[in-house]
Amino acid sequence: MPTVKSLEDLKKLREEALEKRKLKIASGNVQITVAMGTCGIAAGARETMKAILDTIETENLTGITVTQTGCMGLCEKEPIVQVMVGDQPKVTYGKVNPQAAKRIMQQHVVGGKTVEDLVIDL
Amino acid sequence: MRELALHLLDIAENRVAAGAKTIQIVAEEDLINDRLRLAVIDDGAGMDAQMVTRVTDPFVTTRTTRKVGLSIPLLKAAAEACNGFLIISSAPGKGTRIDVEFQHSHIDRSPLGDLPGTWLTLLVSYPAIHWIFQYKNSSSCFEFDDVLFKREIGDFPLAEPTILTFLRQCLQEGVSGIQSSVVIQ
Repeated sequence: MPTVKSLEDLKKLREEALEKRKLKIASGNVQITVAMGTCGIAAGARETMKAILDTIETENLTGITVTQTGCMGLCEKEPIVQVMVGDQPKVTYGKVNPQAAKRIMQQHVVGGKTVEDLVIDL
Repeated sequence: MRELALHLLDIAENRVAAGAKTIQIVAEEDLINDRLRLAVIDDGAGMDAQMVTRVTDPFVTTRTTRKVGLSIPLLKAAAEACNGFLIISSAPGKGTRIDVEFQHSHIDRSPLGDLPGTWLTLLVSYPAIHWIFQYKNSSSCFEFDDVLFKREIGDFPLAEPTILTFLRQCLQEGVSGIQSSVVIQ
């Protein structure tokens, strides 16, 4: 069975990650939640999540916590993404496909401005 | 669901909700016997015998937001449409094991899909869960047990650029490595 990576790789990884974290901080503490119930997954929530993680990786964003939840009962508005920046109120976005996810990352998470046309009320 | 990997994501999410602390996901492409096998094994709350029989009914669910629970019924129907089956082994306090099998070459079998992307999503979204991922074929096996990784990283958040790159590449290379080692008879 092939081994995953060496212990040295993992130690080096932790050091690199710590260094990068010092360099660039996103606007305050950010929490992003993607609804990943059956309805969400069927609507493409995994691709939405991948777009969010991809943006973090390529734009070198740090200080973001990404998590998922089950169905919120708003299945027709899936994929649903909730964004909470610092101690601002949580914003819920609906019909978030990968392109919309990237818009939200740029405009809200990095730029600090809610993307009004995607907001939905819970 | 367009991919079987999406069913795995769906089931895994349910296992987290069932209070599992360790979740193992296995995908096996056995081309010699023409079978595709999936398994999700966890140490969550478990189900009693009555619930095990009822859970394949789409109108049975533990959630409160809707009156349907489609995860298991959809996957069971998909497997049975491909000369396959879905079996649940569970007992209260003993965790749950879901085994799904398909005829690999069946014309109606959905593609396995993006396993690495699915696993990455679960790893990052549920850092407190001990994840074990396995992908195998008739000749080799790739396993990612997050224990070693987490011991080194500590409680460093996972949604960080360098960590994401590492995990993504590790999972992608692991899976591609197995796929390129397939021997067709």
